Amino acid sequence: MKRLLSTICVLALAFNASAQKDIQRSLQTKFIDAEHNSVIELPEGTFQLTASLSLDGKKGIVIRGKGMDRTILNFASQVTGAEGIKITNGADITIEGLTVQDTKGDGIKTQLVDGITFRNVKAEWTRGANEKNGGYGLYPVQCSRVIIDSCAARGASDAGIYVGQSKNIIVKNSKATENVAGIEIENSMYAEVFDNEVTNNTGGILIFDLPDLVVKKGGYTKVYRNHVHHNNHVNFAPKGNIVGKVPQGTGIIVLATNNVDIFQNRIINNITTGTAIVSYYITEKPIADSTYYPYPGNIYIYDNVYERERKRATMKGRMGKMYRFKLKFGKDVPHIIFDGIIDEKQAAANRICIRNNKDASFANIDAANKFKNISRDMKPYDCGKDVADRKVAGE
Amino acid sequence: MISMKTISTIFALVIFVILGVAFTAKQPSVSGKKEKLSEYGFFTGNLAELNPAEDVVPYQLNSSLFSNYAEKARFIKLPAGLTAQYNRDSVFGMPVGTILIKNFYYPADFRNPSKGRKILETRLLVHEQDGWNALPYIWNDEQTEAFYDVAGDVRKISYIDAGGKKVSTSYAIPNKNQCRGCHSNRDQLIPIGIAARHLNREYTFADGTKNQLEYWQQKGMLTGLPSSGLPANSKWDEAGSGSVESRARAYLDINCGHCHQPNGAANTSGLMLDMHTSNPTALGIMKTPVAAGRGSGNLDYDIYPGHPDKSILVFRMNTTDPGIAMPEIGREQIHKEGVELVRQWIKGMK
Repeated sequence: MKRLLSTICVLALAFNASAQKDIQRSLQTKFIDAEHNSVIELPEGTFQLTASLSLDGKKGIVIRGKGMDRTILNFASQVTGAEGIKITNGADITIEGLTVQDTKGDGIKTQLVDGITFRNVKAEWTRGANEKNGGYGLYPVQCSRVIIDSCAARGASDAGIYVGQSKNIIVKNSKATENVAGIEIENSMYAEVFDNEVTNNTGGILIFDLPDLVVKKGGYTKVYRNHVHHNNHVNFAPKGNIVGKVPQGTGIIVLATNNVDIFQNRIINNITTGTAIVSYYITEKPIADSTYYPYPGNIYIYDNVYERERKRATMKGRMGKMYRFKLKFGKDVPHIIFDGIIDEKQAAANRICIRNNKDASFANIDAANKFKNISRDMKPYDCGKDVADRKVAGE
Repeated sequence: MISMKTISTIFALVIFVILGVAFTAKQPSVSGKKEKLSEYGFFTGNLAELNPAEDVVPYQLNSSLFSNYAEKARFIKLPAGLTAQYNRDSVFGMPVGTILIKNFYYPADFRNPSKGRKILETRLLVHEQDGWNALPYIWNDEQTEAFYDVAGDVRKISYIDAGGKKVSTSYAIPNKNQCRGCHSNRDQLIPIGIAARHLNREYTFADGTKNQLEYWQQKGMLTGLPSSGLPANSKWDEAGSGSVESRARAYLDINCGHCHQPNGAANTSGLMLDMHTSNPTALGIMKTPVAAGRGSGNLDYDIYPGHPDKSILVFRMNTTDPGIAMPEIGREQIHKEGVELVRQWIKGMK
């Protein structure tokens, strides 16, 4: 009996190994052969994959696992492909109920898809924060009608949830932890980021417009009802990446983006800054793109709750140096900072409005003039009527 | 001991594999697609000899894509009586029914072709009524046939390289979708090599050595060929064929420029490495990375003139880590000679 059992054991192991290889092939074959408007069901279990899975040129596909913690695709032994799952040139694609783990590059990348929904999907690196982890967890780029709902991202060496060069975007009910950036919206239009929990990242939520890209201009972004707390993880991004510049202890940053509303968030215990409004110049990187507009403008920050413990900002990195030697706030670190680098030609039009935030403190750090006239006065930014108008208009 | 959990996992796997097989059987039919390579009649006699039939014409490129050190045998078959249309800067217009045939193989010993070779895969690009379609075929070990297979595979290969060293490594056969990784322009699948700058070179045909473009014109395969002003990329691996810069640009054009161009999948990066790029920032010079993640390798610029070791371009060419390596496919090995050329180019930049 014992012998019989051990024989079965050996057979089972052998079968398991070849079954794993078959899974790569059978899954990839399903992805390729799927008819438009069909469902690809993934079974429950943990599956080891050796190559990216790709779906291309399909419409109306649902890729459905048995649940975020029940269907797990693990890419630790991946030998080829720069992401776990890649979806390209499609329309109306949904991915739901699965986890993608330990990819060598990005977790799930979707490019040129009109209508992409991630629901109950997790992208994670199981060892937690590590600079050798892939860059992005959930990564739609050049997509439209993007919905990321009830998802999770953990461990990305750049951004856990990253939406780039896309438009009409919703990111909600999701959780981002132990990433360099929790949620990043980059060169994207009409994004709404709400009801998310963003914690233990280096920076919680980043709204960026960067130069030298095909899709130049983002904006019309709303960030609301998020819980952005304790984003104090040491920055572990490989140098060279823009997120490598994000100081440890950042809640929300708006960089060079226009038309952004930040409201009704709880922004708690991010040691360096609760909310920062900065131009691209603060990165100290050169700008060669003549069509790029490096200043933020029309930024409305209202009805948020700010809290922080009385402690110092980070001393790490270039920004840490700035806090330590130039800003010298000690333990009285402002919740909201504005770099004060403005476009003289557009000074009136590029409004920065800050109003009715609970317990908020402020500084204009005057980075344009070597921090000479740092001002803690929030009054000049209290454009009350504007904010009231935006609320009425439901903007 | 087998726990209940193991048994249920095995059970799930069995069901899963069965489902997978069921799915495989339900392939949508593609017009003219054959299950076996031999059925097309591209080659006469023993299939593995790759002796082209009369209407199948071999060709070579000035500089060709590196694919894991595999050698390639390329052929084109145009539909009877129809011709390709010359373009100066882009892929030739080709009639519906055109088939491009690319065979990937390893010589047993790169120093001595007479020791035989092993063909791993044959990729067809077929111009169908509604656009180009990629049809991948994987060869059997007996080298008697190649079978249509969309899922790709990872194979172990071994050979003796040009330096006499025995190499044993993995070779990833891309899946059908990955064809698009290179062959795409916006959302269309398109060929790459059938362009004047790549084809403008000599080839030794069965009836003598001739310039390929002139040969195609003589054979009635190509119309609109001008009598002068034909572009030609350098041969990246022949020092006499051009300056270091022109060879490096030719290398980047064929290896990177299909994706890193304004209509390619890598346009998200803002880095454009095709032959038509002249803007220094777009070409990577002092350009900061966008979404490179750990692909940046702790470096600030794609190309830092004079400093190849501080250039992300070189860093990403010089690794096999799938999360970093560029190009993304066909790179289970580092192309040392290619890295060296690009390194020289950047080193010489002011």
